[in-house]
Parts: sequence; C-alpha cells; structure tokens
Amino acid sequence: MSSFWEYANPRKFMQTTDWLLPVVAWSAVVVTATGLIWGFFFTPDDFRQGSTVKIIFLHVPSALMAINAWIMMLVASLVWVVRRHHVSALAAKAAAPVGLIMTMIALFTGAVWGQPMWGTWWAWDPRLTSFLILFLLYLGYIALWAAIEDPDTGADLTAVLCLVGTVFALLSRYAAFFWSQGLHQGASLSLQSGTRVDWAYKAPLYVSMAGFALIFVALVLAGTRTEIRNRRMKALVARERMA
Amino acid sequence: MIPELGRYATEVLSAYVVSLALLGGIVAWYWLRARAARSQLDQVEQRQERNE
Repeated sequence: MSSFWEYANPRKFMQTTDWLLPVVAWSAVVVTATGLIWGFFFTPDDFRQGSTVKIIFLHVPSALMAINAWIMMLVASLVWVVRRHHVSALAAKAAAPVGLIMTMIALFTGAVWGQPMWGTWWAWDPRLTSFLILFLLYLGYIALWAAIEDPDTGADLTAVLCLVGTVFALLSRYAAFFWSQGLHQGASLSLQSGTRVDWAYKAPLYVSMAGFALIFVALVLAGTRTEIRNRRMKALVARERMA
Repeated sequence: MIPELGRYATEVLSAYVVSLALLGGIVAWYWLRARAARSQLDQVEQRQERNE
C-alpha cells in the first residue's frame, strides 16, 4: 500500500491529480448544483423566517469551509515546518484564496439574512467579529505570500501566521458555545439529540455542504498544481540564466 | 420558475447572485492561472529542449 507521504513528491502529486482533479471538479459541480437547486426551489418557507431560510444553503456551507480551509492550511503548514515538504506549503498557499472567498460569502449571506431577521446588517457579536478577524487574517496571509520573494522564507513566515490565526478560526467555530451573548444563534447542526433543523432543510443542507467541500478540494488541487508548475518554471529559468 | 419568495425576495436573490458570482469568479481565476502556468512552462521546456 502506498504511503500518504509519496504525495510530497511533486511528480507523484501531479500524476495522481491528473486524473483525480476532473473527477473531484465534476463531482463538485453536480453535488453543489443539486444541493442549491434542491434548497432554493424545493424547500418550503420557514414559519418564522419566511423565504430567508433558503440562505442557509449558502451561509452554513461557506462558513464551515471558511473555518475548515484555515484548519487545512494549519495542517499543511505544520507538515511544512516539521518535514519541509514543498507540496504541503504550496497546498496551504493554494487554499488561502478559496478560504477568503468562503469567508466573504459567509459574511455577505449572514448580513443579508441578519438584516430582515435581526433588524441589522452587522453586530459586534463574538461569532461575527471572530469571522471578520478571520477574513482579515486570510487577506494578511495572502499578502504575506505575495510580499516575500524567497518561497521557503514565505512558507516559514506564513506558517507562523497560520498558527496564530488558528485561534480565531477556532473562535469562529466555538464562540457561539461559550459566549452566550450576541445575536448569532448556537450551532444549527449538532451531534446532540434534539431537532434544531427539520429534515426538509437538513437534507439539502448536507448535500450543499458536501458540494462546497468538493469545490474547496477541487480548487486546492488545481491551485497546488499551478503553484508546482510556476515553481518548476522559475527553477528552469534560473538554470537557464546560470548556464 | 423562480419560487415565490415574498417580501424577502431581494435578500434571498442577492445572497444567491453574489455567492454564485464569487464562486464563479474564483473558479475562473484558478482556471485562467492554471492555463497560463501550463503554457508558460511548456514554452520554457520546449526552449530548453531546443537548446540542449
């Protein structure tokens, strides 16, 4: 059985993702379209929230992936710091713009949902505030990669930023549990017993969450392949200049 | 074809339009970057093969 660490070899990574990427990308399109069409067209209005409940199929999956993207970047950064595998550092770099977009979707859909339900676009609520900080951390992370020319130094410094930012990523997820003040309600989905969301909404929500996760994986694979190609090109050009 | 969204139509539709535009934008950006990187690398590799 092949080891996971084989994929630290860029050639092996490119070979595997050559066939894996189209599979994941098309699955992402099909699953996301299914979840969103089901949620938008075939779910009833909520008795209290009306049609705004349909925003849940965008808001929850994007918020989930905004946090999970940062956790994935943390794991990849730690692999870089401990084992110095370049592909893991490049995967973390490729994940950041996707995480940023997921955070933007979560913030925007939260605002347009909050306005009619809470009477305000924004509140300095623990979960909302930690999400805004997460958004700024994504911007900082991307800017740091862009500002440093040496890729290994860039990977080292962004790994440190990623470690620090993890506090806010975790805070975004768990703020609603240990801070009871604020407008944002507790977790919509939970392993604990008791119905929070009816299955009429929960089933398309799960499909939508799977779709957003597949979008994330497809984009990270595609982005990592691009970063590997760019790095190889720089190495070849540098070798040309030295010859 | 669009379901009856009542008085929250603007909020729901804007959430979907903006989110899909953001997702479409990043997919297009990643695809264009991938295409550019592949073509640039091919050019450099072909140039090196010719020179060797």
